[in-house]
Amino acid sequence: MAGFVPDWTLQRKGATDQARHQQKIRDALKQRLPDLITEDSILTADGGRVIRVPIRNLEEYKFRFDPWQGDRVGQDQGELTQGDILGQIPAPASGDKAGRGAGAPGEIPGIDYLEAEISIDDLAGMLFEDLGLPYLKPKMLSNIPRPTFQFKDISKRGLMGNLDKRRSLRENLLRHARQGKTGLGPWQPDDLRFKTWVNVPQEDNNAVVIAMRDISGSMGDFKKLMARTFAFWMLRFLRTKYESVEVVFIVHHTQAREVTEEEFFQLGESGGTKVSSAYELCWEVLQNRYPASQWNIYPVHFSDGDNWSDADNRRTVEFLEAMLPLVNVFGYAEIREGGYTSTLMTAFGTIRHPRFQVVTIGNKRDVYTALKKFFPRSPGDERA
Amino acid sequence: MSQSNYPTDDEIWQLARQQGLDPFPIRFEAVPATILYEFAAYLIPGRMSHWSYGKAFHAMKTRYDYGLNKLYEMVINADPAYAFLLDSNSELENTFVRAHVMGHVDFFKHNVHFSQTQRDMLDVVSRHAERVRQYQFEQGVEVVERFLDAALSIQEHVAVPHPPLLSVKRPKGPPPSGGSWSDLWQPQTTEPKHLLKVREDESDVLQFIIDLSDELEEWQRDVVAMVRDEMIYFWPQMRTKIMNEGWASLWHIELMRAMELTDADVINFARLHSSVTAPIPYQINPYAMGYRIFRDIWESQGKESAFLVRTVDDDVSFLRNYLTEPLVDELHLYVFGPEQDKIVVKSRRWELVRDRLIKEVFHGGLPIIEVVDGDFHRRGELYLIHRHEGTDLDLPYAERTLEHVHLLWGRPVHLETISAQKKIVLSFDGKAHGRATV
Repeated sequence: MAGFVPDWTLQRKGATDQARHQQKIRDALKQRLPDLITEDSILTADGGRVIRVPIRNLEEYKFRFDPWQGDRVGQDQGELTQGDILGQIPAPASGDKAGRGAGAPGEIPGIDYLEAEISIDDLAGMLFEDLGLPYLKPKMLSNIPRPTFQFKDISKRGLMGNLDKRRSLRENLLRHARQGKTGLGPWQPDDLRFKTWVNVPQEDNNAVVIAMRDISGSMGDFKKLMARTFAFWMLRFLRTKYESVEVVFIVHHTQAREVTEEEFFQLGESGGTKVSSAYELCWEVLQNRYPASQWNIYPVHFSDGDNWSDADNRRTVEFLEAMLPLVNVFGYAEIREGGYTSTLMTAFGTIRHPRFQVVTIGNKRDVYTALKKFFPRSPGDERA
Repeated sequence: MSQSNYPTDDEIWQLARQQGLDPFPIRFEAVPATILYEFAAYLIPGRMSHWSYGKAFHAMKTRYDYGLNKLYEMVINADPAYAFLLDSNSELENTFVRAHVMGHVDFFKHNVHFSQTQRDMLDVVSRHAERVRQYQFEQGVEVVERFLDAALSIQEHVAVPHPPLLSVKRPKGPPPSGGSWSDLWQPQTTEPKHLLKVREDESDVLQFIIDLSDELEEWQRDVVAMVRDEMIYFWPQMRTKIMNEGWASLWHIELMRAMELTDADVINFARLHSSVTAPIPYQINPYAMGYRIFRDIWESQGKESAFLVRTVDDDVSFLRNYLTEPLVDELHLYVFGPEQDKIVVKSRRWELVRDRLIKEVFHGGLPIIEVVDGDFHRRGELYLIHRHEGTDLDLPYAERTLEHVHLLWGRPVHLETISAQKKIVLSFDGKAHGRATV
């Protein structure tokens, strides 16, 4: 009989096609990243939590009957009687195209749709595959001393190169003294003492994020949510790339001040907007606390761009231009509801600097685009 | 007697023949669970590669790993037949499975709906797999995969050759594919194509596309033909599921009874039998139902009648003729279905149960789709019709399927159906979907 392989270990087709299916699930998830990363539930969840994502592209479409229409025949032990309720028909999902599969299929068989399970950590990993750290400055790393281990202890075993001669001599003398002899005697392995080291984690890889947010009266709930979502992923990303990330939170209306993380996301005030106040404070923070020679600096500013005056726009641009040589990336995210061009955006339009990135966030999906723009993956710049 | 004397493969086969069965020769092979589940996912070993089989394999294997389900065997309709057993089964289990397989193979050999299946299908699917690999090499894996996605989406819509007993006049068309290579080398037709673009009630959508799509390249035509060949091989199994399992269950009992088993084995065997015939929530158990009906025929009309039924019926006629009121009661069957926003138990009346069940198994539980016109609008567009028999189509699914059909046909495609008592036409032109009420 041709076509038969009695050596079953050679049989790999199922595994191969299964792997292809998994790959397709991954691709499908990746395509949906812009939607997934803005899920409200993710922002508050811990990383190990698993979310379930329906994947319609991987259903095997065919001509089939409406699964919620028409009767079927079941078999039991005789316990059911006419009128017993076996389940609930899920309400149609919004939009006919999505079908009704979106509801819980319950225990009634015949309804099967594919759901991929993915942990938030995996989701983050998938997102971060597409992001990079542009304009890392090699000099920063070499300027920082990097002693990553220290000789702190003594042990009886070790490398000859680390032999502690003084202590070894002492052990030899002591041993012979115990036997009533003076002076050095024949050596035994037990006499030897070695220096051993411990690894000292050295934070050699520091980054600071200066998060600035406009809290003037015009910044509503949607704008707050977008700023929060963006900041969530940005911080998470930077924390996976750097051993420590410090964050300075600055809010501003006509005046700027430093606040806690909680305040940063919750504060909402009325009043006008002077963006320059925030940029000036940012400049001061950098000058006083985070010298560019030692820090990777990522200022990012969220605003609706509705600035006070042209004069303030000019002042803002001046501070910005002073900071650009110091930073890795300066991001300005303008969050808008509706189409208009803000005065601040117009003012920024004249700046052509590779480290200055501007994005507009008009809906949830733009958060993904913004992340990719602020942190482009350009292999030349990214640290291995 | 402390240990049963389990018969060998050959002894069971001889025993089956003594009892009146006439199976093909059978080659048994004990395989690890991974392999058995892989064969079950592909339905036949050596079949072409596609992610959907990998998906099925993963789902089945996961259920097995969690102890939610266990396959005992996998039997291939071929001459000689092949049966794969789980190598981790006990000897008693595998004896029981061997006895069960005798029934299946006898059924394959004698049921009239199988009379035209290719008994060398193992070789055929290996050749198919080889050609698909070749096309993947020439055209690219993703291109072939995308095309296979499309062909598989309508794979069931083929015309299965009628068994000789029930032969009716068929519209003139190409003969049922005689072995996959033959279509390739012989030009299908010398008639001018445009004359053929309208065929009466053409239910073989795949054949229609193979013959008349102007867009397909040769390798694509071949892929559709391979998918069609394989589906034609599987159709008889889809339409005799209850009968086939019932017949095999009847015979595992008959053959086990004819063996000399210890008391412990008799009890263990009884346990095995009741586990395969246990009710499944919200479904029917084809083993239990088929077994009870065959047993009833045997007892009330004699063994000869049971053999005759095994030869001439399919599930639809089997249920129509032999599912009686006492059996419906004994099996505790009931009709359930949607009522407003709930799924409720509707009735236990036996005629309702029987008729509903016949509907469920009719045409493998799939809608009937036919080609009405291959030159619709005089622009070479494909017009399909769903022969509505009371249940609407899943429209979102139908729309996505039309996208696949469009890839196969290469021109705009339409599907006429009825939705909520209104006649509608779904269309897809390669870019946009349309939905018109007629």
